[in-house]
Amino acid sequence: MRKLFINCDEATTICTKNQYKEASFIEKIQLGIHLLRCKICGLYSKQNTKLTEVCNKHLNKSKCEHLLTEKDKERIKEKLAEADK
Amino acid sequence: MPEVQQHTLDPNKWVDLHSDYLFNYTITRVDDEELAKDIVQETFFSGLKAMKNFRGQAAERTWLISILKRKIIDHYRKINSKKGKAEVKLNFYEDGDKKGTWIEERVPQTWDNEAETDIENEELKEAIGKCVENLPVKYRTVFLLKNVEQYETEEICNELGITASNLWVIIHRARHQLRKCLEDNWFTK
Repeated sequence: MRKLFINCDEATTICTKNQYKEASFIEKIQLGIHLLRCKICGLYSKQNTKLTEVCNKHLNKSKCEHLLTEKDKERIKEKLAEADK
Repeated sequence: MPEVQQHTLDPNKWVDLHSDYLFNYTITRVDDEELAKDIVQETFFSGLKAMKNFRGQAAERTWLISILKRKIIDHYRKINSKKGKAEVKLNFYEDGDKKGTWIEERVPQTWDNEAETDIENEELKEAIGKCVENLPVKYRTVFLLKNVEQYETEEICNELGITASNLWVIIHRARHQLRKCLEDNWFTK
């Protein structure tokens, strides 16, 4: 049997899973019950949703490709040639 | 019988053909240029040593990537066993009667200017960017793989050799730190 009452640490973890839509049905119920009793986690939960919005809006895939410099490549080639001897 | 293409290896061309791809792949997972270079180089070394085991079933790059993945997992094993826990401030009591409840001075504060904050704001973009940069490297990497690269939980776990509960603890802590950072630098100035 999963417990009905969870602590704030567990509640905020579920809240985070929920931000990625990965909390299970039971976890959502546990979180719901906790939020009825805990104002602090309620505030956290609201701010966590805001954090998701901010991240979705402003953290984008970097479009720049990371490339090695020719110098780096030469160095790796030299080391490989040495190792191959 | 259909003809199966037999792949071959040519180590002399590895650096020219594959090093950029492997480097790019590595850097999104370790987030450190020097370290990524080392890992790519080690991958080629291991490839040389393991050439006799190559059966020609996979393409050269796929084969190298499979070696690289092991290297990245090894790296995570190493940093996981070292530190990690102490890097992020705890928000909850760890034991005793109060186990799992908020530590008073880490309780979230009301955000005064939340309502008037325009989400499009360029300065907000800068603020969140800085907060992410300040995360410890392990937290940052996992957080970015999940949030920005949008990998499935299972995929991240497989690639970094961590369990799902590990992953959620990391993301949970990363987000706690980000929330606090935004609070201090943006929402309650």
